[in-house]
Amino acid sequence: MSDTATTPAGLRGLSPPGLLFAVLGAVSLLLPFMTLRANRIVAGEGLPAWQIAEPGITLPGLTVLALGLALGLPASRPALRLGGALLALAALIFLLTNGATALMQDAGDYARVSPASGFWCLLAVTLLLAADALAQMRPGPALRAVLLAGALGALWATLASGLLSELSIGIEYASRASGFARATVRHLWLSLGSLAVAAAIGFPLGIACHRVPAMRAATLATLSFVQTIPSLAMFGIMIPLLGALVTALPALQAMGIAGIGFAPAFVALVLYSLLPVVANTVAGLDAAPKPAIEAARGMGLTPMQRLWQVELPLGLPVLLAGVRIVLVQNIGLAVIAGLIGGGGYGTFVFQGLNQTATDLILLGALPTVLLAMVAAITMDILVDLSRRTPEHAR
Amino acid sequence: MTTAPRNAPMALRVAPMALRLALIILLAALVLAPGLFEPVFAPIAPVGGPVIYTRSSLLSLSLSHLGLVAAASLASTIVAVTLAILVTRPAGEAFRPLSRSITNIGQTFPPVAVLALAVPALGFGVGPTLVALFLYGLLPIFENAMTGLTTLPPQVLEAARGTGLSRRQRLWQVELPLAAPVILAGIRLSLVIALGTATIGSTVAARTLGEVIIAGLLTSNTAFVLQGGLIVGLFAALLYDAMVQIERRLARRMGRS
Repeated sequence: MSDTATTPAGLRGLSPPGLLFAVLGAVSLLLPFMTLRANRIVAGEGLPAWQIAEPGITLPGLTVLALGLALGLPASRPALRLGGALLALAALIFLLTNGATALMQDAGDYARVSPASGFWCLLAVTLLLAADALAQMRPGPALRAVLLAGALGALWATLASGLLSELSIGIEYASRASGFARATVRHLWLSLGSLAVAAAIGFPLGIACHRVPAMRAATLATLSFVQTIPSLAMFGIMIPLLGALVTALPALQAMGIAGIGFAPAFVALVLYSLLPVVANTVAGLDAAPKPAIEAARGMGLTPMQRLWQVELPLGLPVLLAGVRIVLVQNIGLAVIAGLIGGGGYGTFVFQGLNQTATDLILLGALPTVLLAMVAAITMDILVDLSRRTPEHAR
Repeated sequence: MTTAPRNAPMALRVAPMALRLALIILLAALVLAPGLFEPVFAPIAPVGGPVIYTRSSLLSLSLSHLGLVAAASLASTIVAVTLAILVTRPAGEAFRPLSRSITNIGQTFPPVAVLALAVPALGFGVGPTLVALFLYGLLPIFENAMTGLTTLPPQVLEAARGTGLSRRQRLWQVELPLAAPVILAGIRLSLVIALGTATIGSTVAARTLGEVIIAGLLTSNTAFVLQGGLIVGLFAALLYDAMVQIERRLARRMGRS
């Protein structure tokens, strides 16, 4: 990082990414910051950031935003850069909420205001600045957990404060609050439940593949084949398969399992989850160093004890990495369930696509992205923690 | 779908080839002469309903589907490999941590969400699908190109420098060929994802094979669902297999296998 030999002399000490973000931020300001529409469906007019409210609001907001991005410039001060990103983020929220209030004041009953391309670009730039600063700081797992909790807390506070309720997506949410809660629960059930089932099948299968080399190639090849089947096709094919199964076994029907809806989506997700779980279990168990296994054998541990006390703990980081892949993948794939009546956030996405209602699409897509990111960061923290334990134990 | 080792018995070596050929013939028949399969799909079609999708020709849907995937993947390959080269040069080093975090964060974005988010920005049709496929395809290729270019054996690089090759020559004659198998693996990943995401593209009015599946889902016609699903699935499996074969062959030539 400290090597600035390739940077032109005048820019020495400035972070090249920071410079890029400042330029991108400035360019993004030329794009429309918010859109005002006469109603939910029609196209609207885009307004640049300095026209969304009176100068008493836009001027301080834009000044703080520029200051935040400028703080991202010094290469050697990552904490300052992170602070700058947070400052810019706060300024963006300030501009957005006050802009919404001001624009709604002299607009019709059905009018909608929503963030436009300029806002989204600036949001992306600030978040990237934060990510770059964080990557520079290399926080440990504990600090990352604290930061994640802080970020989620701040997000929750912003949403709960009602500051965003005047935005179009807020109105869309308000008319579907209970449906949204149901979709959240369903989405979590789909992605976490299928992970649990896949783990229950995949871990033993992975252990078996590790022990029986003949099984390994065939199992992994079959599962990678399953993985290549496009998701829509897989979800579609599950419907007749499950339908036939339910017709053949009426007992399943009595349990509430049907050929359409939740069950086929769930089964499809389980099938997609198996490859990462099995492959990483095999790789994790393979990763245990030979001397450790020999020592365990020398101590007279039975194969079962060896598995639980030596191989699994040593392979845990790789196993958890498999779980991370599955979790992120399932949260995304669960969206497709919306197409076959399986519920979850996909319901909003596809309803929105059908009605060409942008905010409804966002109401489904943004929580999905957020959920996937939180899952990825949490799992990364767990993977790091699991890597540390054996070192402490030594 | 794996290749048996070279010294395996004849039957083991021929079996994958025969399977591959059978799948190709099945796929060709499904696309070119779907009428042949009427008796197969008839039992699962709704009573009195259509059995074979005829609203548009499966061939033109397949071509449009594959065309979208090819165009997007070609663009992502060019951009991703170029970016990976820039970031692994000394001048681009400052951007390396950033590019890593972008790849990590970006890959948590579900492909469907990328597609859905592209619609508000670009409207319906081919545009958002192409952009979503392109953007999402960048990540695996970039990640693998980075891995390929940063894990080259140092003694080879040293030797290349020692023989007096210029930076540009080293890149084209040594680094890129050596990294090619890893880069190809990234292209394979992104091709498979693109093929699947393009299927969903039909929900935003792009002409792809997803149309057949969606039509089946909307009219509860299982025959359509299975027909579309089989064709897309076979394309994906054959493409995946072909890429694996190419990677193996390249890796063998590079002595990296």
